[in-house]
Amino acid sequence: MAIVYEKTKLLTDKPLHYCPGCTHGIIHRLVAEALDELGIQDKTIGVAPVGCAVFAYDYFNCDMMEAAHGRAPAVATGCKRVNPNNIVFTYQGDGDLASIGAAEITHAAARGENITVIFVNNAIYGMTGGQMAPTTLPGQVTTTSPYGRDVNHCGYPIRMSEMLATLDGPAYIARVSVHDVKAIMDAKKKIRKAFEMQIAGKGFSMIEVLSTCPTNWGLTPQEALKWLQENMIPQYPLGVKKEVE
Amino acid sequence: MAKLTIAREVCKGCGLCADVCPKKLLALSGEINSRGYHPIAIAEQEQCIGCAFCARMCPDAVITVEK
Repeated sequence: MAIVYEKTKLLTDKPLHYCPGCTHGIIHRLVAEALDELGIQDKTIGVAPVGCAVFAYDYFNCDMMEAAHGRAPAVATGCKRVNPNNIVFTYQGDGDLASIGAAEITHAAARGENITVIFVNNAIYGMTGGQMAPTTLPGQVTTTSPYGRDVNHCGYPIRMSEMLATLDGPAYIARVSVHDVKAIMDAKKKIRKAFEMQIAGKGFSMIEVLSTCPTNWGLTPQEALKWLQENMIPQYPLGVKKEVE
Repeated sequence: MAKLTIAREVCKGCGLCADVCPKKLLALSGEINSRGYHPIAIAEQEQCIGCAFCARMCPDAVITVEK
């Protein structure tokens, strides 16, 4: 019998600490598979964020570094500029990237820094207990917006991919989802493409992955995937937002 | 015929694999693993077509598929 599918060696054997049904695990696996397929394990440095993925350094079987909250693109800039042959990626949540790290990501993108950013958007602060994030949908109930996000009071969610795609620096920006197998295959293809852009020296690449938070959304893993499809995708349309030749 | 190997101790029993199985062969087991979850189990191994949808959907890389 031949192996059809097995866990990639680019993930360690440590069991993930994420809640049952959390799609962080799928995204970890897709990134690891992309690195494995491209054969760049030995020269890759990943930068872990603060947030649910704070322990990402335990899970990826490549060199990893931990950054202060939101500062992963700045740390990645250093890793890349010291040795441009390194393949450098950051793995950040929406609280980390779109809120406290909004300045770092914007300027890394504006500089066209030759790094790859994996941006996991689940529209909520997961690790700290489900507070409203910059990406929380209008009307969405969180612990700090118990009556639903009121846009007159809290403003509107930020579409990071579209915003960064207006800059001249980025080479490749796309938004993908992981709500079913087809979407997962597409996400894998685009994550791989982002790393290929970096290898080719094209410049900044970012993949925004829509993700679920069953625990803080108060839904079962199955309901959370459905909620993502019905509510997040209309607010955050999937697709390639920018691609240079 | 395809063969599924399930890492029972790593499974968190979220059931996402069961939903994407085109043959609906997967269901949570009645047993409890050492971490307190009901791991996923396959009822009729011989019916499995080896599409690996379950393995691709699994957030915890629990499933190995052979064919």
